[in-house]
Amino acid sequence: MIGAEAIVKCLEKEKTEVVFGYSGVAIDPFWNKILDTDIKRVLIRTEQNAAHCANGYARISGKVGVCAVTSGPGATNLITGIATAYADSIPLVAITGQVNSDMIGSDVFQEADITGAVESFVKYSYLVRDVNDIPRVFKEAFYLAGTGRKGPVLIDIPFDVQNAQFEGKFCYPETISMRTYKPTVKGNMVQIKKVIKEVEKAKKPIICVGGGVHLSKATAEIRKFAELNSVPVVSTMMGIGVMPTEHPLYFGMVGNNGQSYANRAMNESDLLLMVGARVADRAVNRPDLITENKVMVHIDVDPAEIGKNVGPTIPLVGDIKHIFADFLAQDEHADDHSQWLEILNGYKKDAAVKAKPAKKGYVKPKDFIVKLSEIMDDDAIYVADVGQNQMWSCSYHIVKNGRFITSGGMGTMGYSIPAAMGAKLVDKKKQVVAVTGDGAFQMSMMELATMRQYGINVKIVVMKNGFLGMVREHQHYTYNDNYSMVELQGDPDLSLIAAAYGMDYAKVDGNSDIEAELKKFLKDDKSALMEVSVDPMELTREK
Amino acid sequence: MKRIYSVLVENRAGVLSKVSGLFSRRNFNIDSLVVGETADKSVSCMTIVSSGDERTIEQIEKQLNKKIDVIKVKTFKESLSINRELMLIKVKYNKENRRDIMENCEIMNAQIVDMSKNMMIIQICDTSERIELFIEMLRSVSIVEIARTGTVALTKCKEQ
Repeated sequence: MIGAEAIVKCLEKEKTEVVFGYSGVAIDPFWNKILDTDIKRVLIRTEQNAAHCANGYARISGKVGVCAVTSGPGATNLITGIATAYADSIPLVAITGQVNSDMIGSDVFQEADITGAVESFVKYSYLVRDVNDIPRVFKEAFYLAGTGRKGPVLIDIPFDVQNAQFEGKFCYPETISMRTYKPTVKGNMVQIKKVIKEVEKAKKPIICVGGGVHLSKATAEIRKFAELNSVPVVSTMMGIGVMPTEHPLYFGMVGNNGQSYANRAMNESDLLLMVGARVADRAVNRPDLITENKVMVHIDVDPAEIGKNVGPTIPLVGDIKHIFADFLAQDEHADDHSQWLEILNGYKKDAAVKAKPAKKGYVKPKDFIVKLSEIMDDDAIYVADVGQNQMWSCSYHIVKNGRFITSGGMGTMGYSIPAAMGAKLVDKKKQVVAVTGDGAFQMSMMELATMRQYGINVKIVVMKNGFLGMVREHQHYTYNDNYSMVELQGDPDLSLIAAAYGMDYAKVDGNSDIEAELKKFLKDDKSALMEVSVDPMELTREK
Repeated sequence: MKRIYSVLVENRAGVLSKVSGLFSRRNFNIDSLVVGETADKSVSCMTIVSSGDERTIEQIEKQLNKKIDVIKVKTFKESLSINRELMLIKVKYNKENRRDIMENCEIMNAQIVDMSKNMMIIQICDTSERIELFIEMLRSVSIVEIARTGTVALTKCKEQ
């Protein structure tokens, strides 16, 4: 057996179903040996998207996503995808080919120090020098990626190591023991009891959920806890979908792009349970103020997150699912907060603004996204890209029993199409809709070919306004409409793009019957492209 | 606030850059950093002296603990530790100041370890503070070169 076979065997042991990637000589031994297995291969069109595909796959499957690319430019192209996964704590194992061991450091063809380059974007990285280390390295890599604070792990394997003879029998370690890595799972009982006491005492408690809740698969526990004690819930962008949007206890997304009533609810609470959220700048404008006049409980699996941006009153480290299961076991009587909820419902009502009608010929993003949500399957997956479309999606998409995913931390444009492809491959029966803008679409439209090649049928919505809208909006406010580097002239005719890739196409503008068009767009499982004409001057927030 | 971190790490290639990279990436200061093997050959000990406010000090410890290659982090104030630094200092001397230099060496418990007709190398092993003082004392002489190791430290016996 050679190293490449050992790698493939490790992936089989980890029950990897699909590897996204790109070819190149330095990773070719691996792609050759994977032919002997049932593991699916998806050849994407640029390496960054291999990581995004694996990212979407990981978020929907709850497993570790795997991607593999070649050395040098292949590896460096992957970095944005790795950084995107790191910022959102998405578990990935990224395999990169490397030049021959004895050539490392001599700047030979397609050599890049990838372990050095990704150091600040990975949870850990390996450069495999001995073929016999492969089983241990893979076991550790999958374990590191998928436990504790999840994240990407990179394994760099030189060409000669992939081809070297494996000594002895291949034996994949059953268990793992790393003296340096022991993530906390169970929360401290004393702290848990303290929190329960605070919940009982609180008049105006609130839970703010972040992406950590999805990563810990703790949605059911949180909902149950909130319902039992009638505690309202708000979310960060990454926490959208933990509560169904129309749940009576859900009060929207916080932050400078969130709903005013969500921020108001958080500010006025007397007990804040921050769950699996970083308390980063986009969600909390002034972290130092958030703890004023309230007890703050910060629950996170990563002890370094606690106290990083805000000093909590009660820190609680551990896996959210376990902690909330303990809460439910400890919590003896249900609390009633109907008065507090009434206040919050009042805020919600006050905030409802009458939207201005769309300019003639254009579609109002809100109307469109609300309609889209209504017509989408209950358990559909909605993937939002980055830009104004992301803000509209966050504000107006109605999550029922599906999922909402987006690149939250890094804000990587072009994320939605590859991530939607990865999500679709988890369960081809599920409807997956990627909503993007004309800027982000042009960063990722090469993947339409991949969709066609593998029959990955994703529905793509392009909100077309001929601008990089989010930054245009910024320039509107900050530079008094002096636009620089935001006009997208020369956009392609999207109907021809769709035709070129054999996709169904529809255009929706101010004169269209949106509902009828959307019904047609979503009626089957074929891939389709919908162009939505949006007023270039449309804002994400109406004042 | 000054803090000393005694960090036990896996003795592997690349660990030093991972740890020092963490400091630059997170915008933490490094006053000094020393690495050496421990009694266990698979473990190295890094002694890092850093400074910052309370929040930063806590973050440094947490972020160090998060690194997969880090086995254990101990952090302590200077006052709770025995800490030493070694300095070699090359100075030019002449007939007039030779005695003075030797007297200073005696006071500060430093040794002359190499000499030529007009230059000498002095070795001193002491706390960073006293080493600074020694440099000050030699300012009047012309200093040619200085090499310092940075601080190594262990917590005092009494604490345990």
